[in-house]
Amino acid sequence: MRMRHCLAGISLLATSVLGSSAGHAQELKIGIMAVLSGPQAVLGGQLRDGFNLGIKHAGGKLGGLATTVTVQDDELKPDVAVGKAKQLIERDKVDFVVGPVFSNILMAISKPITEAGVFLISPNAGPSPLAGKGCSPFFFATSYQNDQPPEVLGKYAQDKGFKKAFLLAPNYQAGKDMIGGFKKHFKGEIADEVYTPLGQLDFSAELAKIAAAKPDAFFVFMPGGMGVNLVKQYRQAGLDNIPFLSVFTVDEATLPAQQDAAVGFYSGMTWAPNTDTPENKKFVADFEKEYGYVPGSYAMQAYDAAMLIDSAVKAVGGKLDNKDAVRAALKKADFKSVRGPFKFNTNGFPIQDFYLVKVAKRPDGKFETQIVQKIFESYGDSHAKDCELK
Amino acid sequence: MSTSLLIVQFFNGLQLGILLFLVAAGLTLVFGVMDFINLAHGVQYMLGAYFSVTLYRITGSFFASVLLALPASMLFGLLLEVLVFRHLYERDHLEQVLATFGIILFLNQGVKIVWGAAPLNMPIPDALSGSVPLMDGLRYPVYRFAIIGAGVAVAVALYLFVTSTRIGMLVRAGATNAAMVSALGVDIKRLFMIVFGFGAMLAGFAGVMVAPILSVEPGMGDQILILAFVVIVIGGIGSIRGAFVAAVLVGVIDTLGRSFTTDMLRLFLSPSAARAIGPALASMAIYLLMAVVLAVRPAGLFPAKGRA
Repeated sequence: MRMRHCLAGISLLATSVLGSSAGHAQELKIGIMAVLSGPQAVLGGQLRDGFNLGIKHAGGKLGGLATTVTVQDDELKPDVAVGKAKQLIERDKVDFVVGPVFSNILMAISKPITEAGVFLISPNAGPSPLAGKGCSPFFFATSYQNDQPPEVLGKYAQDKGFKKAFLLAPNYQAGKDMIGGFKKHFKGEIADEVYTPLGQLDFSAELAKIAAAKPDAFFVFMPGGMGVNLVKQYRQAGLDNIPFLSVFTVDEATLPAQQDAAVGFYSGMTWAPNTDTPENKKFVADFEKEYGYVPGSYAMQAYDAAMLIDSAVKAVGGKLDNKDAVRAALKKADFKSVRGPFKFNTNGFPIQDFYLVKVAKRPDGKFETQIVQKIFESYGDSHAKDCELK
Repeated sequence: MSTSLLIVQFFNGLQLGILLFLVAAGLTLVFGVMDFINLAHGVQYMLGAYFSVTLYRITGSFFASVLLALPASMLFGLLLEVLVFRHLYERDHLEQVLATFGIILFLNQGVKIVWGAAPLNMPIPDALSGSVPLMDGLRYPVYRFAIIGAGVAVAVALYLFVTSTRIGMLVRAGATNAAMVSALGVDIKRLFMIVFGFGAMLAGFAGVMVAPILSVEPGMGDQILILAFVVIVIGGIGSIRGAFVAAVLVGVIDTLGRSFTTDMLRLFLSPSAARAIGPALASMAIYLLMAVVLAVRPAGLFPAKGRA
């Protein structure tokens, strides 16, 4: 009995050792880390769907290698995310980790992943520490640096001549960052700067303050369900004559719930579903056919991440062991992004164009954001100068 | 800070309070009569909202979906009662918390599987979609008046039910001493079922009323459940009057706190310091209120007579 167990154990060990060393060169292993449970699950779902569409468009093989994807749910809990990241690196031995959606998760998992020599591609989160002093040669973002989208609205408000702005955000780090980003280019008077508790449902008190302050413009960051509530209540309170400038408040994830209430409201992003490039037309059409909903920036950036990995793996001929070669190939960003011009800065964050977008209702009844005007061209983030990488 | 803004904020607080009362009423009834901590009250509220969204898609009429969502919520509540809760009445409060918390997790995931993770939309019915000017530049949706009206109607109806009907008398007696009521020959199991079904219906009704103005998404009940518990603890467990007074108090203090704390702090602190501390203090306000009430009157403001 013990002999048989011994033999079984030895043979298992042998096949696993042989299997791992032989299989590694022939296939590409990717780990996706995103929030797939709880109220924000819709964002992680977009990330996963966008990435999978990218693999499909690459013929099921990124860079010519058979690709397996392991999806992990970070549950929006940093400690859970670290454990699952370690699983991806140590047990599943992935070549790339793609994710997450939220910056607090990224801050928790970036060190364990990059210090293990695994490439981490963020298709959404872009916190400033990782763009500046904490930059890593193993980290790339296909999204933006978190300060940039609110800067779009600040510049627009300044250029449009708005004199008085009312600012609103939830009371946590991202909320403060968004307000800070807006104030970078907007030099007018700040009527008031209000921070609400995370998860607040009823904004009547804040809406009354806005009406009393009579600002020229209203800037807000209110993601997820909070944004759904705010937009509906803002419209119901009759405040919609005050221009509604926002980030991550009216996007394709929340528009199905906000519907007509959000039409005409502004946001800032690098792309909109109606961006006029042939790659984007194909992406949006196929995405809607495959998944039945309008893709948002979360899906788009994940799709570009898949295209980026595809171009890099192709460039190194499928040989992923030479990490420096892979890094050089990634840095080249030798793929056509759906959003237009795209290249990497020294810190692994993109240099790209930023647009003012507006919510509109499509003829088929669905809602999407649409490009209004370009605000920044080839815009890099302000933290790259603090990064030591060249 | 003008007088009109103060009045408007007070009014907003009143409305928030009545919304909270709609949610808390069923919770205090169940806790008071059956001594059963029902954490699943929040997901029953959420299910009411989801049922109304689906019923609206089928019937196309808001009022029809309200009327149909009520029995749907009650039936679902009774289903939970028969399957899970009735085995827990005799058990320790901690075990009830564990079981009903499990139901929260289970139903939050279940709702995501059936309806998807994205927030759903429920439009305000055309009949109630107007708005009246409340102050310069601010309009108040007529629908919110409807919510206030519904809340007050529920409060009055519940009060009359509990004080003037036979079943209401049994409910009050059960809240005071369930064992004695059973010993006097009343079918306590049936009474519990009626109370529970009614509580579930109230939770569902709150969810339906709230769906047009708040986001319908998985987990929408969790935040409001915490507020509902604060309300019933302050008001006194098992007391409808207490729940109403406490709910209005919590609504007004929370709203006034959020509106004016930062401004008041700015009187003697620098603007950036006031902005840093103000929001945190404002969100603490209702919990401070709860702590103060519990220190002064541990059984709440209007404890049901006879409770320890």
